[in-house]
Amino acid sequence: MSEANIVGGLLGGTLIGLASVLMLLMIGRITGISGILGGVINWKAIEGRSWRVAFIVGLILGAALYRLFWGPLPLQLQAQGAVLVVAGILVGVGTRVGSGCTSGHGVCGVARGSRRSVTATLTFIGMAMLTVYITRHALA
Amino acid sequence: MRTIVVALVSGIIFGLGLCVSEMINPIRVIGFLDVLGAWDATLVFVMISAVAVTGIGFPLVIRRAKPVLAGKFVVPERTDIDLRLISGSVLFGIGWGLAGLCPGPAIAALASMSPSILIFVAAMIGGQWLASRFE
Repeated sequence: MSEANIVGGLLGGTLIGLASVLMLLMIGRITGISGILGGVINWKAIEGRSWRVAFIVGLILGAALYRLFWGPLPLQLQAQGAVLVVAGILVGVGTRVGSGCTSGHGVCGVARGSRRSVTATLTFIGMAMLTVYITRHALA
Repeated sequence: MRTIVVALVSGIIFGLGLCVSEMINPIRVIGFLDVLGAWDATLVFVMISAVAVTGIGFPLVIRRAKPVLAGKFVVPERTDIDLRLISGSVLFGIGWGLAGLCPGPAIAALASMSPSILIFVAAMIGGQWLASRFE
């Protein structure tokens, strides 16, 4: 086992949860980041693009503030080149077709007890574990 | 205007949460997904605390007649499990396992100015656009 970052994990998860509750309380929206991004890049005029853009900017700004005050971002990439491109396309297509990602289905949907979100979350975590098994162990 | 400020602040808090929890780091995420390797439980602690906060907060919020700054709550109401949900989640899972990046951390990690992150986010946006062509 690797050493887990328990304190950082609990603190960070609490912040993620608080941000999601704040969004629902104030503007009545679910914090699903793939959906928010999808709304931003939709070229058709959609209602409520500005709050989506603001959230995405905030997300980057949050990481930038961390970098400014607490040092370099913890960022170690494993995939490179073509694998990174293929992974990005799969994440984009998959979250669009499956109506959500780790935030919308995983954090918000599971908390709401949504059958669809629980199913989606178990599916993508299971597939991701299988993918890591294949790339790290079966093919290694 | 107030809606935009709230969304911006929420984004900042969310982004900080991803950094503090190290979920922005693909190695941590892949470590969690690697159940048969040197398993890293950090993501479990992130999920437990995040879902604890939303699990307590959401029911309290939904009791209100409406959100503070909007006319109504916009919450998904579908309950059917269809092929799109499953197949989309399968594709997302493969991509997530390959790179250790999902949409939130990938976007937040743009703050690193890393060209690799930029490539991933561009591919992700391309993928979303591609899928939207078939809707």
